[in-house]
Amino acid sequence: MTALTNIIRKELKELLTPSVILPVIIMALLFGSMGTAIGDLAQQAQAKPTIGVVPMDQGVLGNVSLQVLEAGANVAYNGTSMDDALQAADANGGIAVLYMPTNFTASILGGDRGQIEIYWIMRGAGIFDSISSNSLEALLGGVSQAISRYLIGTGTSVPANVVLIPTDRMDTTYYKGVVMAGVSPSVLGNMLMSQSTFVPVIIMMIVLMAGSMVVTSMGMEKENKTLETLLTLPVGRGSIVAGKLIASALVGLLMAAIYMVGFGYYIGGLSSSAPVNLADFGLTLTSLDYVLLGISVFAALFAALALCMVLGTFAKNYKAAQTLTMPITFLAMVPMFMTMFWDYSTLPPAAQAIVFAIPFSHPMMAMRSLMFKDYLFVLAGIGYSLAFALVMILIAVWIFRTDRLLTGRLTKGAAGSKPRKGIWRFVNRLGR
Amino acid sequence: MTDEVLAVDVRNLQKSYGRFQALKDVSFSVRTGEVYGLIGPNGAGKTTTLRVLATLLRISAGSVRIFGIDIEAHPEDARKVISYLPEEAGAYKNLTGRQYLEFIARFFAHGDAEQAMVARGLEVVHLEDRIDDKVETYSKGMMRRLLVGRALMTNPRLAILDELTSGLDVINAQQIRRIVKERAAAGTTFLVSSHNMLEVELLCDRIALVHDGVIVEIGTPADLKAKHHANNIEEVFMAVAA
Repeated sequence: MTALTNIIRKELKELLTPSVILPVIIMALLFGSMGTAIGDLAQQAQAKPTIGVVPMDQGVLGNVSLQVLEAGANVAYNGTSMDDALQAADANGGIAVLYMPTNFTASILGGDRGQIEIYWIMRGAGIFDSISSNSLEALLGGVSQAISRYLIGTGTSVPANVVLIPTDRMDTTYYKGVVMAGVSPSVLGNMLMSQSTFVPVIIMMIVLMAGSMVVTSMGMEKENKTLETLLTLPVGRGSIVAGKLIASALVGLLMAAIYMVGFGYYIGGLSSSAPVNLADFGLTLTSLDYVLLGISVFAALFAALALCMVLGTFAKNYKAAQTLTMPITFLAMVPMFMTMFWDYSTLPPAAQAIVFAIPFSHPMMAMRSLMFKDYLFVLAGIGYSLAFALVMILIAVWIFRTDRLLTGRLTKGAAGSKPRKGIWRFVNRLGR
Repeated sequence: MTDEVLAVDVRNLQKSYGRFQALKDVSFSVRTGEVYGLIGPNGAGKTTTLRVLATLLRISAGSVRIFGIDIEAHPEDARKVISYLPEEAGAYKNLTGRQYLEFIARFFAHGDAEQAMVARGLEVVHLEDRIDDKVETYSKGMMRRLLVGRALMTNPRLAILDELTSGLDVINAQQIRRIVKERAAAGTTFLVSSHNMLEVELLCDRIALVHDGVIVEIGTPADLKAKHHANNIEEVFMAVAA
């Protein structure tokens, strides 16, 4: 073996550790699963949307429109009752009910645009949730084209601007029990996205920064050889854990407050230029809502820090501490992407369980939930995050009371016992 | 055995790390005001013994009492009467030497008592104007003096010192040994480990030789030298280790 290959082998052995390889694999898996999801959505976009139709107009243009809709969509209801149409569409996973008034044909032939009233049943406000409404938007374009073709083909004296754009639409959106007249799902979705995507990003950044502080603090205690002294001082293990957590939580909250000030300006800027005012539909946060949002952030932050404290006990030094933030990064990214791309309510049950189980998810979802007054979900999230934090603190205190911090392994301690396996073995390796 | 409460009473101590048994059967006792030394080759179990007594490691079997306190049952009480100086210790680098001493002192005292404690530490540390510099700027010797000062300023009933003068030059080492002798005369009990046989001979009232997780010899330096017909403790050590 030459000197060069000897050095290369040594370098590879140092560089190719689980802590280096795993993040790359996880990111590849994340992108892979996102690619699969996008592929599914492409198929979904090509699928026929399910709708209800209430064609009150029996004129020729009403019939032309109906033919296009029946050809391009699964019509779950075709009748004259709006209530029945909404129920049927909702029950069949439909996305909208189209109402064509009695004067639809007469208006167009008289030189005015015909009104189509669209009652959207919006199920989620994530980026990927809007795919199904896009397919109906395309179908509505087809309706206009069919009417234009009919008008041109029959040589009517309808003004050119009406021939080119023969319909007007009036959107009403039903979302989480709120009826919003004059708002389409795309407008509502964009507004909710612009507000609620910022929160997950902030939460992720705070969790990563504050969490990193705790893990690094433990790594530095070991690297600087201060831990042994600290552990022999007349101070309870619980106090050491609590002291580190509270200090990190305070710094985390300070960071959150600074971000929130910027966020306030961001929201203010958005509101002034928004096409609709969500407050008109009661979609605004009250003082109580902001308090709950703050508590949700605090609970999630505390849960993150407590988890980091447990992970930090495995850190042998500063470098290992940096590596141990990897699971936190992963846990923070999963809910951030999921809540960005899908609404919690539109996720499959297994994904819902995963998102709920990650405590950082809850403040990411809290803002939208509070806007729609879903207090039970927010309170459940806060309760879960605090319970998670408590369990993690108890585990951290338990580890502080064992030899684990100094020996670097979770072992039973008795003669002849074997080192722990599974997840502990994995974390032990990361902590080296 | 007298009715006097022993400073340290270790009986049949065992300590295992998984399958590895670091301490197989260690028993010894230290009287109040005594300077007691543990010597032995690397990996013999000296540091493990000290770490157990410092309440850092749990006992696998046996018992340890410090001034009558069962350290396994009441480690918090034991920590109030001990001070531990690890062989490889450090201080918080973003603090100055004085701030570090104040940080430690606040665990033991408040107000005037805290200031008096820091003052005692400063006497041992003897860093003059460097005491207000950040710890990260200290040399290895300065750091060790700071840590020795930290360990002794609390007036512990039992000071557990692992490689007391590690990293100190001859002059500083001699000063520290003198301070230990003075404190021992004033009633503080010392349990020390060292690779420096001369230091052990100069400092310790009694010595225990640890080998492969068991104590193979206990006695005063003079007794041990006489028993093994040795001129110094290093020769005793070599004879026992062989």
